[in-house]
Amino acid sequence: MKYLPIVWRNLMRRKIRTIFTLLSIFVAFLLFGYLMAVRSAFNMGIDLAGADRLMVLNKISIIMPLPSSYSGRIRTIEGVKDVTHANWFGGYFQETKNQFANMAVEPESWLRMYPEFVLPEDQKKAWLADRQGAIVGADTARRFGWKIGDRIPLQATIFRRPDRQAWEFNISGIYDSPIKGTDKTQLFFHWDYLNEAVRSTTFGNQVGWYVIRVADPEQSPAIAKKIDTMFANSPTETKTDSEKNFVAGWAKQVGNISLITQFIAAAAIFMMLLVTANAMAQSIRERTSELAVLKTLGFGDARVLSLVLLESCVLALVGGLSGLGLSWILVTVFGDPTGSFLPAFYLPVRDVVIGVLMVLALGFVTGAVPASQASRLRIVDALRRN
Amino acid sequence: MLSQIVTVTGVNLRSIRERLGSSVVAMVGIAGVVVVFLGVLSIAEGFRAAMASVGDPQTVIVMRAGSDTEMTSGLSGDTARLIMDTPGIARNERGPIASPELFVIVGHPTKKDPSDANVPLRGVSSAALAVRPQVKIVEGRMFTEGTNEIIVGRAASRQFANLTVGSAPKWGQNRWQVVGIFDANGSAAESEIWCDARVLQPAYQRGNSYQSVYARLASADAFQAFKDALTTNPQLSVTVVREPDYFAAQSDVLNKIIRSIGFLIAGLMGIGAVFGAVNTMYNAVASRTREIATLRALGFGSVPVVFSVLSEAVLLSFVGGLFGGLVAWAAFDGYQTSTMNFQSFSQVAFAFAVTPKLLGTALLYAILMGLFGGLLPAIRAARLPVVTALREL
Repeated sequence: MKYLPIVWRNLMRRKIRTIFTLLSIFVAFLLFGYLMAVRSAFNMGIDLAGADRLMVLNKISIIMPLPSSYSGRIRTIEGVKDVTHANWFGGYFQETKNQFANMAVEPESWLRMYPEFVLPEDQKKAWLADRQGAIVGADTARRFGWKIGDRIPLQATIFRRPDRQAWEFNISGIYDSPIKGTDKTQLFFHWDYLNEAVRSTTFGNQVGWYVIRVADPEQSPAIAKKIDTMFANSPTETKTDSEKNFVAGWAKQVGNISLITQFIAAAAIFMMLLVTANAMAQSIRERTSELAVLKTLGFGDARVLSLVLLESCVLALVGGLSGLGLSWILVTVFGDPTGSFLPAFYLPVRDVVIGVLMVLALGFVTGAVPASQASRLRIVDALRRN
Repeated sequence: MLSQIVTVTGVNLRSIRERLGSSVVAMVGIAGVVVVFLGVLSIAEGFRAAMASVGDPQTVIVMRAGSDTEMTSGLSGDTARLIMDTPGIARNERGPIASPELFVIVGHPTKKDPSDANVPLRGVSSAALAVRPQVKIVEGRMFTEGTNEIIVGRAASRQFANLTVGSAPKWGQNRWQVVGIFDANGSAAESEIWCDARVLQPAYQRGNSYQSVYARLASADAFQAFKDALTTNPQLSVTVVREPDYFAAQSDVLNKIIRSIGFLIAGLMGIGAVFGAVNTMYNAVASRTREIATLRALGFGSVPVVFSVLSEAVLLSFVGGLFGGLVAWAAFDGYQTSTMNFQSFSQVAFAFAVTPKLLGTALLYAILMGLFGGLLPAIRAARLPVVTALREL
């Protein structure tokens, strides 16, 4: 610590260079933090997928429904703890651009299945009691300015009412989640309310997909197989997979965003590595005679080495940590840059740790060559050079 | 003045070699920005191209009123019949050139990955090829009506497993037979699989219903009259859009995401690269302090000095930008991939496109970065106090 003043002095001798190098590092890590948030958003919360949850879909494709009668049969399979179901409703609020996720679900079992959606007890009671009730995530409630007790219309795209009017729902509750990255943009309402209106059509008594909780995640593959065998060769065959695989498959269909963001982050950090290494090398070259004087005064090789390394590390830490900090603020305060398409936009703690480690690595790598040169410097040569 | 500029700049550029290390850093920095900029935007450009090139203003799509995608539209068989009989549609010996169609998706693995992707399966009628003159069968033949035969778009055949002529995929209880591959000028239609709509209807429990009617107008100008005829018909409740408008809207969401993120990233990286360039140019000016002071003492003005520093910065950034552009073009242009069309949840295959326009924009951006990077150091060089600078000797 007692060397910090001399390190500081050295950094300040060319203020402009230091400031621009700092800014370069700052920008690189700002970008890194932001990209990692983009990455987690495109992974669609795969890290949050419940290990003990399975998804049962129509084998032909995700848009084909399943009979609501499957629920009872799935429940009889050993190891299945709980079953719930949902229909993608695909409604929008007032204008088509106001699309968001809204689904018809079986409320009680749905809340049991997804404990990450936290709803105050009185709001939960209100929802269960009101057939036209709906609960909505805090993000969407904020987006449209909805409050508990509001009556809101949703235009249907798939399930049109015979009278072509909008579906109306009462906001019974607003859910939140203590877990970062949980999707708080969805709206859930009673499947009974939907089914009652469409019972006479081909949509009657159909559900979009089932979600199952298994007692032992180890048994998931076996249970998935049992379910699919149960409905094999029936008019509606199923495809069962873990929630994690389902989310991964979905994210994969969007594209390999993970790889692209990592590539960009690597390019940015490599660039800044060059810039910083160049600045450090210049700075040490200019100070050759000073270093020689330090050595003459009795500073050992190791001490000179650590002085230079300390200098590059201070540079990296100041620039890098403030960049990471700002990216965290941007992600947390301003959130999703696209408005509403990326609900899982957050900076995971794991990536922050990786970022800090990379800041340290940057400090050491950029300081390594100048530092070893400085430590190997022979006093006589260095002084003679002038 | 001009000769001074030429002389000083010449001296300056010839001395770059002595500061190679630092100059390379600036160039690599700018090249890196250009690569990333082009990489991200070539995705948006390629996707847009795939969606936009389907557009034929003479082709219209009729869907249920209020639907903005075929996926959520629905038309009864009678409605489809009514639409096809509306005046304004071009006719040939087989009647109106219009095709009532069904659009569904099937789960089918990609070549790279065994997990299912949402592949669009379109049920069409015999007029489908006449409605879309850009679609050509390039291998095999058209499917026979009333059978389980399918034809596959070129991009779908390339992207998804086992979709070549002769293969027989099974979706649900139905086995299908691939009999042809079609080309559609690289547009989104090439990501689709086509079959007979009447065979698809029972397979997907759709009764006698469709989702859209594709029609070829007698002329592109007939659009308004055709639209009015449909929307004022009390028996119908439909929306009518031109094909280019429809596909432009379909690519909206993804384009918005890629562009907003792409510009943000390129902007931030650009700032970083400018800082790198500033460092390099300050260093260049510092190492030439004596030289510049001597020139000034000899009577050279400050403008030529400013100009020489700026031109060095621009030259470095231009070379860096060009190099980055070449790398990006070699690495990304034509790279085949597919993504999800958020409007219909189905896969669209497309190729990254590093277009000349994009390359031009990137080069311009690189030069701008160089100018910004050179500005402060140039001013410093011009303001150099001659006497003190010479004394440093």
